[in-house]
Amino acid sequence: MQYLALIYAGEGEDDVDMETLIGQYRAFEEQAAKVILGGNALEAVSTATSVRVRKGKSELIDGPFAETKEQLGGYYLMECKDLDEALLWAAKIPSARYGTIEVRPIMMIE
Amino acid sequence: MDELTRIFRAESGKLVASLMCFSQDMQLAEDALQDACEQASTHWPVQGIPVNCGAWLHLVAKRKLIDKLRQVNGRNEQQKIALIEQAMYCQPEQVSELDYDVPDERLRLIFTCCHPALNEDAQVALTLKTLCGLTVKEIARAYLTSEVAMGQRVTRAKRKIKTAGISYEVPSHAQISARLASVLKVIYLIYNESYSAYEGQALTRQDLAQEAIRLSRLMVELIPKAEVLGNAALILFHDARRKSRTTSVATYIPLELQDRNLWDMVKIQEASILLNKAMSLRQPGPYQLQAAISALHSTAATWEETDWYQIQLLYLRLLDFNDSAVVVLNLLVAMSYCGELEKAYQELLLLEPKLNDYQPYYAARSDIESRMQLTAAAILSLEKAIKLSKNGSERDFLIRKRAVNLKS
Repeated sequence: MQYLALIYAGEGEDDVDMETLIGQYRAFEEQAAKVILGGNALEAVSTATSVRVRKGKSELIDGPFAETKEQLGGYYLMECKDLDEALLWAAKIPSARYGTIEVRPIMMIE
Repeated sequence: MDELTRIFRAESGKLVASLMCFSQDMQLAEDALQDACEQASTHWPVQGIPVNCGAWLHLVAKRKLIDKLRQVNGRNEQQKIALIEQAMYCQPEQVSELDYDVPDERLRLIFTCCHPALNEDAQVALTLKTLCGLTVKEIARAYLTSEVAMGQRVTRAKRKIKTAGISYEVPSHAQISARLASVLKVIYLIYNESYSAYEGQALTRQDLAQEAIRLSRLMVELIPKAEVLGNAALILFHDARRKSRTTSVATYIPLELQDRNLWDMVKIQEASILLNKAMSLRQPGPYQLQAAISALHSTAATWEETDWYQIQLLYLRLLDFNDSAVVVLNLLVAMSYCGELEKAYQELLLLEPKLNDYQPYYAARSDIESRMQLTAAAILSLEKAIKLSKNGSERDFLIRKRAVNLKS
């Protein structure tokens, strides 16, 4: 099954400096190479633009979908046997120790 | 409970578990069993209950399951045939095994129903529905919610299991203790719910107690680890005192005033054996410690002969596993009976901010204040306890106690 691990954390609230964190993410990706199908870090939420179409017109909002303390900062797409395996890997994502990882199954459309 | 309900409940867990290995789908397995039970309800009263009623239900349920699988995959002929063949030939041993596994389908089912990715209410509801064979209506009545809400809770949980890929497996060795804790918690929650008897609910509550006991005994049989034994012992020690906790007119009676002759010695015996076996495994845990405390209460001939010193030590040890304010409260009560009344009271006062909405805190505090001759304070604490009490018979007891205090 495929799962998306959404990495939420307070921006600028990392518990180590950026260089160390990147090193930890590299190590995680190496360790989890066999399950990771893809993934990326995202630029700060201050760079987000939200768009919606109402009555045929695009409306733009300068900012994220929702203003929350913890923001989506990155994601991994993983191929795992079951939820337990996906949660096991999600717990190893470095930001899990100070942020929250939301794990969602990818919808299979026949 | 009539004979058919008794049979259905007794067989439900086993049957759903074995049907799950064919269908991999809890909803389908349960629906098939439900149909089989309905068929039994019409046939058995006329033809008599078959000698091996479980096997009868299993056979009928399997046929129903094949029918259902045909319907589910009506759109896709190929898949339909494959699923039906799977239902006909799949054997339990073909299902993948993990490094730690007990070859019992029921264990898989228990671990699935109590998966921590489901919220606790959902775990409880699913366990009662699937393993204990209670109907949604019965569960709703026991938990004082509507049948619709309870039905939704169960349906949502089953859908999540299926869609989120919650595995139908006994967890691996690395995960077993955390997952086991989740199962034991569900069993204990079910028992606890039975413990607080609401008016007019006595009957359903008794059912919950029985189901919790059945589940805890089943776990002992399937996976006799120390905490599993401790959990069963704890529940049995509690249940042995059930009769003595209320009078015939359903008023609450605290431990110190209970008629110890009413305690169920057979259950206390069973619990003691389980606890001794658990302790011999030398893997201490919170259920064993609580069971040990319960054992000291259950085996004291009178309230005065209670071994408070040991109880105090056990609560102290329990803090290593669960350092909650409630455990501290119990520790202080034990302390107050070990000749340290004044010291216990001082610490009890410090605990108030953490427990100021907890009825037992003020009941215990009032008790200690009475023993220290602080009558006015004792009455004040009792009044707070009365305000916080959610249980009619318990509140009545506290009100009577206040009346006694006012006279003295």
